[in-house]
Amino acid sequence: MASLQEIPKQQTSLPDPFSDITCGGWEISEEPRARLSLWAVSLQGKVWFREGICHHNPEGSSWEEVPLPGEVVQISCGPGDLVWAVLWEGQLIVREGIGRDCPKGTSWAVVDSPSPDVGAIHAAVGVNVVWALTKDNKVWFRRGVNSHNPCGSGWISMIGEMIMINVGLNDQVLAISCEDRAVCFRQGVTSSELSGKTWRVINVPRDGDRSHSSASASSLQSAGCYFCGEVQVQTVSSDVESDTDKASTDGANCLATSTSPESFVDAPSDQLSETPKPLIPKVTSDSFISELVSDRETGKISREVCGSAAPAVLEEGTVTEDREVRAPSGALAVSLSQSGAPLDPQWSNVDLEEAQGQQAQTGAALDSADTCSLSSVATYTLAMEDPYGADEHPLWAWVSGGGCSVDSHSQLNWFNSSMNASLLVQSVQSMSLSITPAQTAAWKRQIFEQLNERTKRELDNFRHYEQAIEQSVWMKKGTMQWWRDWKPHKWMDVHFALEQFSGPEGNKDGILFIYYNFYEEKKYLHAFINEVTILVPVLNDYKHTFAIYTPERTKQRWPIRVSAATELEMHDWLALLSVSCCDSRGIQGPPSKQAIWSITCKGDIFVSEPSPALEEMPYPTPCDQMFWRQVGGHLRMIECNSVGIVWGIGYDHTAWIYTGGYGGGFFQGLASSTDNIYTQVDVKSVYIYENHRWNPVTGYTNRGLPTDRYMWSDASGLHECTKTNTKPPSPQWTWVSDWAVDYSVSGGTDREGWQYAADFPASYHGYKTMKDFVRRRRWARKCKLATTGPWQEIPPIPLSDVSILPCAAQSSVDVVPLWAISNKGDVLCRLGVTALTPAGSSWLHVGTDQPFKSVSIGAASHVWAIARDGSAFYRGSVSSQDPAGDCWYHIPSPSKQKLKQVSVGRTSVYTVDENSNLWYRQGVTPSYPQGSAWEHISNNVRKVSIGPLDQVWIIADKVQGSRSLSCGTVCHRLGVQPKEPKGQSWDYGIGGGWDHVTVRGNSMEPPRLPSLTELSAQM
Amino acid sequence: MADDKDVLRDVWFGRIPTCFNLNQDEVTEREAEPYYLLLPRVSYLTLVTDKVKKHFHKVMKAEDAEEMWFEYEGTPLKWHYPIGVLFDLHASNTVLPWSITVHFKNFPDRDLLHCQSNSVIEAHFMSSIKEADALKHKSQVVNDMQKKDHKQLWMGLQNDKFDQFWAMNRKLMEYSTEDGGFRYIPFRIYQTMSDRPFIQKLFRPVSPEGSMHTLGDLLKETYPAALPTEGEQKRFQVVIHGIEPLLETPLQWLSEHLSHPDNFLHICIIPVPTD
Repeated sequence: MASLQEIPKQQTSLPDPFSDITCGGWEISEEPRARLSLWAVSLQGKVWFREGICHHNPEGSSWEEVPLPGEVVQISCGPGDLVWAVLWEGQLIVREGIGRDCPKGTSWAVVDSPSPDVGAIHAAVGVNVVWALTKDNKVWFRRGVNSHNPCGSGWISMIGEMIMINVGLNDQVLAISCEDRAVCFRQGVTSSELSGKTWRVINVPRDGDRSHSSASASSLQSAGCYFCGEVQVQTVSSDVESDTDKASTDGANCLATSTSPESFVDAPSDQLSETPKPLIPKVTSDSFISELVSDRETGKISREVCGSAAPAVLEEGTVTEDREVRAPSGALAVSLSQSGAPLDPQWSNVDLEEAQGQQAQTGAALDSADTCSLSSVATYTLAMEDPYGADEHPLWAWVSGGGCSVDSHSQLNWFNSSMNASLLVQSVQSMSLSITPAQTAAWKRQIFEQLNERTKRELDNFRHYEQAIEQSVWMKKGTMQWWRDWKPHKWMDVHFALEQFSGPEGNKDGILFIYYNFYEEKKYLHAFINEVTILVPVLNDYKHTFAIYTPERTKQRWPIRVSAATELEMHDWLALLSVSCCDSRGIQGPPSKQAIWSITCKGDIFVSEPSPALEEMPYPTPCDQMFWRQVGGHLRMIECNSVGIVWGIGYDHTAWIYTGGYGGGFFQGLASSTDNIYTQVDVKSVYIYENHRWNPVTGYTNRGLPTDRYMWSDASGLHECTKTNTKPPSPQWTWVSDWAVDYSVSGGTDREGWQYAADFPASYHGYKTMKDFVRRRRWARKCKLATTGPWQEIPPIPLSDVSILPCAAQSSVDVVPLWAISNKGDVLCRLGVTALTPAGSSWLHVGTDQPFKSVSIGAASHVWAIARDGSAFYRGSVSSQDPAGDCWYHIPSPSKQKLKQVSVGRTSVYTVDENSNLWYRQGVTPSYPQGSAWEHISNNVRKVSIGPLDQVWIIADKVQGSRSLSCGTVCHRLGVQPKEPKGQSWDYGIGGGWDHVTVRGNSMEPPRLPSLTELSAQM
Repeated sequence: MADDKDVLRDVWFGRIPTCFNLNQDEVTEREAEPYYLLLPRVSYLTLVTDKVKKHFHKVMKAEDAEEMWFEYEGTPLKWHYPIGVLFDLHASNTVLPWSITVHFKNFPDRDLLHCQSNSVIEAHFMSSIKEADALKHKSQVVNDMQKKDHKQLWMGLQNDKFDQFWAMNRKLMEYSTEDGGFRYIPFRIYQTMSDRPFIQKLFRPVSPEGSMHTLGDLLKETYPAALPTEGEQKRFQVVIHGIEPLLETPLQWLSEHLSHPDNFLHICIIPVPTD
């Protein structure tokens, strides 16, 4: 927990203490980071603005008095550019002229009190709303308020009498009622209905009651991150219980992470009933519908209900929802629940063991201050009925919702009075664990098949008929920043719009517009949705960017880069655009068995449907025209084959099996399959270097030469990376450990982790010599990401490589050979893998003399592998009878090169060495599968994937486009034919930033064109 | 692999290729060309035939054109049944496109309801939804909705907006895990051989023993004649949305996935074609 620091008052300029303070303005601009507007009112009625608050200086630099038309009693500042204050005389004043370049604004405008006789006493503002109270406790809503018109147009009298009112995130309203001093929540506030519908009393137990928490969930980054649902049964001791109760835990977790970022999910438990009854939720990933919430009407109403017969609720009659809002106004300070459950509230406990392990490591690092500094944490505690009885009602005086994010689109069932609402759950589909169609019930399969037949019968021959209902054009608009095309390149504000309409064949199509100003002139850039080939999220720690590629943009290596204000907004756009692109190309549902999979260096997974023309001779489909769509999940590598078996390996070396679903991640609703989507967690390390230089007086010190690199830096030394300023790679990642010295660095280290060298940058060794004037050591810190996708873990062995026999199996029960390398370097062979059971059953260990790092099995069961020392091996006698083969044949590597990866197709064997050379194995014949020699094909190759038809695809570095250079590019070898397996040249596809590609599922034979000789023979 | 959501889509986007011909006896100024259209199975005839009306009005005098109505092989088509039901009931197993005769005279008041405007269809549609929800949730869900939510359902159907419709309709498909299904399944069974318009009874998705009722169970209860008897050739087809689900299909699943937008499961019992 970040400690609150007192902000010293400057005696000269600030003679009197404060009486009110408000904080907001974080949506005005992203630059500089974490800039906030802090306004304060002093006892003398003056208003002060705190200058210079930003990420590096959260306490700001100085107080500046703001001139006033009168004496102020109270002030309120929204997340955007609204600031209202109340004067002693009862009028209100509105700050005008607030903007990116002037967060303090320029002047005040006076707005009269809503009621001519009674002055205003309190005002509360949000993004686009202003609420006020008058001295007679009446509630008023200001109509027509927005950034262009901060004063609004008129007052509307609202029902209810309140003594205090507050607007939280998403313009949600909390208030304290005049009559019984209860905390009330304004229900039904949405962006289209900002005034909401009705007041709901919510039950807020006091601090001491919180030890009874039975479940809690917290949101990080209300601006749009995610909620983790923790499902615990009663207390900590029952963690095990919830772990064993796999179905319920999985269900709820899946649910939790697949919901829209701010909808809240929880599973109920009941402390008083003898047997906790975990509801096994039926889950869909739709944002609307996955609010499985265990609570019910709260506050007074709930107590009344308890006595009466309420069968639907009695089961959990003692469970109430409370919502604690303890962040002071705005979202600067954060307090987490002190609930009895000592789990770090950041994690869903998919992996309880790990969560607890990390608990020990992180200890006091419950703080999460890093991630919370800008945004806020809302903690919801599912607590027991307050033990001080129904009659003892705490009298509340103040409430602040600044840290509580309520998704305005989703209905909060916990505030609903409807009995059944609490138990209504989704039913669109059951939580089926089925992975393969064969496990689908016969009746369901019959329906799928018959519907397909119906389409063929009733529609396919009549598609040229006119549709009875015309589809109209519709649009989505928003503001974004765009990385402009001309120099000097920089981010500029643009309007972004998607227009959708029905295409000529009845399919949806659309155009994307980016409107910008060029020297006062309005211009626009556009892209046809059916030409967009891929949308790539590029989330980093300060911008929510995504890149849009078309074939032209891919050739240029210069995508359209746009940046949304929040992560949520970025995901909304990505999901919408992605669906539009798929619609315009008529793509829906899961990827085909032939699909080509690829992975970016951020771990994002993409899939492309190959057409037979992709490998056509002599004119294949250009690689830059391939359409890629994203699939939820996070992986480092992926391998597949043409019967649809897909395995992936995470950054933490966990093995994952593809479940046959699609969507997950930020894809919601209809863009995501309802079953086969699961929570996926990945962990990776962030590294920084501590650098020392030797001097004759003190030995090694952290004082370098003026020309030296930073004493805390990244591997290159070019960027300063200290322990405190280094952030996880993107907001999706959160720290799960503290910094620790990393001893597993190549070159070795001494006992304290130091590596020595003559100078920076040089080759380092793990011991000190007389010539070593510098030393460095590497620090590592683990971070973790939780997402959802069509993946299920295959425990328990962590893997570093995997390969599946690429060719089509004869039937769905045929065993498919699958080889893997464990994280330790053991060679493994998976038994029991079939199209029906793609995860297989068990590992068979294959003996080796040394650890290995790469393996590949070709169509003829030829197994090649690379040892950690960089030499290649061929495995003899592998067959269906003897799946593990009998012995290794050592194959010398190309001279002076250490190999690092191998891929074997139908007959071709290709390897990549550590200096990024691509090698082809010559002389491979059925009788002599080891081949005779390595032939150099290309340099700048990072990875190779050979398909079942010997197609050659690589990830290449340094691909020059017409405007820019890209590293990590998907490339396709042209001119590969049975008699010419080495091909002729490269065709460049999507990139940079790609890390992995596999074409081992694409067994689609290209259409055979008669060759020239055949043609001439016919003539 | 198909997903259950794809079923919702397939159901929604089901289309029947239709050829509209003007009745021979209509007085026209010149010969009327037939008009071809893809009709949404889940919509209503009078809701999607504005184009047909305009097309035939062009060849007629305004005073000759009274309220438009449709007829197939002598049977007046009830607009208040979903188009797919009309087709399955009267015209399945015939050659496509479906040939419908258009009339502008002699409205058969005994057989058809008048439909002067879309608001009549809307009222009929909404009352079906309310009736269905009364069966499913004692009307709780539909009553909790606001006017604009109701409008969203209707506009979704009227404008063929699948996403718009389902964003709201999913609420009507919710049920508690405890119950394992709706209170009663809203269904209607149609047959050609009877004067009764349709069969509708109270039927629960789950048996008192807790097992899921199937389509077969429903028919056994409501229309046993539709079930094949042992040793005898199948006499009837049980058709929903142009397909014949297996009798062991759980009724609750059918209700969630194969109901029409009006939230009723419309089941057609038709004789097996003899040829």
